[in-house]
Amino acid sequence: MRGLTLHRVQGHGGETERVETYRGTTVKMELSEKVRLEIGVSDHFVEPTVRAILSAAQTGAVGDGKIFVLPVEKVYRIRTAEEDQAAVTPVG
Amino acid sequence: MNPADIAWMLAATALVLLMTPALGFFYGGLVRSKNALNTMMMSVSALGVVGISWALAGYSIAFAPGNAFSGNLSRAFLSGVGLEAQGSIPHVLFFSYQGTFAIITAALISGAIVERMRFAPYVAFLFAWSIFVYAPVAHWVWGGGWLSRLGALDFAGGTVVHVNAAAAALVAAAVLKPRKDFARQAILPHNVPFTLLGAGLLWFGWFGFNAGSALGANNSAALAFTNTMFAPVATLSVWTMLDLVRSRRVTAVGGATAIVVGLVAVTPAAGFVSPMSAILLGAAAALPSYYALLWRARTSLDDSLDVVAAHGVGGTVGALLTGILAQKSWNGVSDGLLFGNPRQLAIQAAAVGAVALYSAGTTWGILKLVAAVVPLRASAREEGLGLDVTQHGEEAYTQGEGAILVLPDTPGPPVPMSEPVLAPGGGAS
Repeated sequence: MRGLTLHRVQGHGGETERVETYRGTTVKMELSEKVRLEIGVSDHFVEPTVRAILSAAQTGAVGDGKIFVLPVEKVYRIRTAEEDQAAVTPVG
Repeated sequence: MNPADIAWMLAATALVLLMTPALGFFYGGLVRSKNALNTMMMSVSALGVVGISWALAGYSIAFAPGNAFSGNLSRAFLSGVGLEAQGSIPHVLFFSYQGTFAIITAALISGAIVERMRFAPYVAFLFAWSIFVYAPVAHWVWGGGWLSRLGALDFAGGTVVHVNAAAAALVAAAVLKPRKDFARQAILPHNVPFTLLGAGLLWFGWFGFNAGSALGANNSAALAFTNTMFAPVATLSVWTMLDLVRSRRVTAVGGATAIVVGLVAVTPAAGFVSPMSAILLGAAAALPSYYALLWRARTSLDDSLDVVAAHGVGGTVGALLTGILAQKSWNGVSDGLLFGNPRQLAIQAAAVGAVALYSAGTTWGILKLVAAVVPLRASAREEGLGLDVTQHGEEAYTQGEGAILVLPDTPGPPVPMSEPVLAPGGGAS
């Protein structure tokens, strides 16, 4: 698995809120910085990809996040117009 | 007293004070954004805690009469520090001016321990260090102590400030141990423009540091001022060349570092060498620090912002070159090796060695003492979240999204109106 897209997002996953104070103004920060990965792989790469994320992203604390595995209807690689399995197979 | 001297020293004191927040910007830009405030606060809080320690005891230990190693406590709590003349300026002004040096010297150490030290023990360390390390060393060189009797030349603090802080930084980095991500992940500067801004403000403030060390508006100040301008000019030029030769790219972080290295190197020499010698000194100072930086990054020493390579190596090179390039025709005090006085070089080397040893040993003792009371290190989790949120409850770059205002007089959890007075099956529990 070589390709991925990363978004920096804010989210709330049940973790305890951070309390911050700025000159007498106290706030509870309910959103934390998170990253959202989007990874397209062919069927037999799903399991290893999920395992890789589980082992790397797990701290054991509430708020570690979720992995959603979704079916994909159709994939095109724009550069070559390849489709489906070929479109998500790394070159070389 | 001399009004011109007073006017210049008032301005010089403000200039040196500015260097400490400037150092905050220099260091703050070099760390990751989650540690930006913590790193800057390590400099800013020195303004408070070291300023106080200086007034309570530091000034007296450094500048009151005493023995060869320490001043006595006759000036503690500013007793006898009034409007009478100290040289050609009021005593209170001399006290303030020297206080700005104590503050920045202590703040310099923080570069070695950023992104992992808890804040309260850091503040306690600063307080103790400024009294037990900075003040005695200042006495040795400037307060009539044994190094000044030996004839050590240190115009504005190459040894007292930079070698001293760097030896402490080396020990502090070793005691604190590397950051958890050190040599595992790329740790990149989060704001290089801050670092350039800090370097610029440091240079501006350094005119007060070096030219102010003449303690008057005189020829010595003019010489120190000129050398403070032209030594870093040479360091920056040589650094640019080294960058070009090594990687064909002139880096901004390198440029900011070069300015500081040049300023550090010229500090001990500022009022003692000719301007052409200062240019030579600045150029020569680039090489050892440049290669020390490259070498350090491959070792297991997490001197995170390279206090040793910039201030320790730069300060040592400056102190030794002062012993070589000093010219009595310019300074009226002493010649160096090149001008027929080889003994001066030996004195300079002895001063650097003695200060480094004393500073390293005492720093180790203070850190171990503080560590016996409270842990020095943030936990791995706190380090991961960043010290801004975990130590200060603030972030450098807040989005404000998802922030809920906590009203100051919020009572306990609200009781719903519909709740029955007696719980079902109620009874005393």
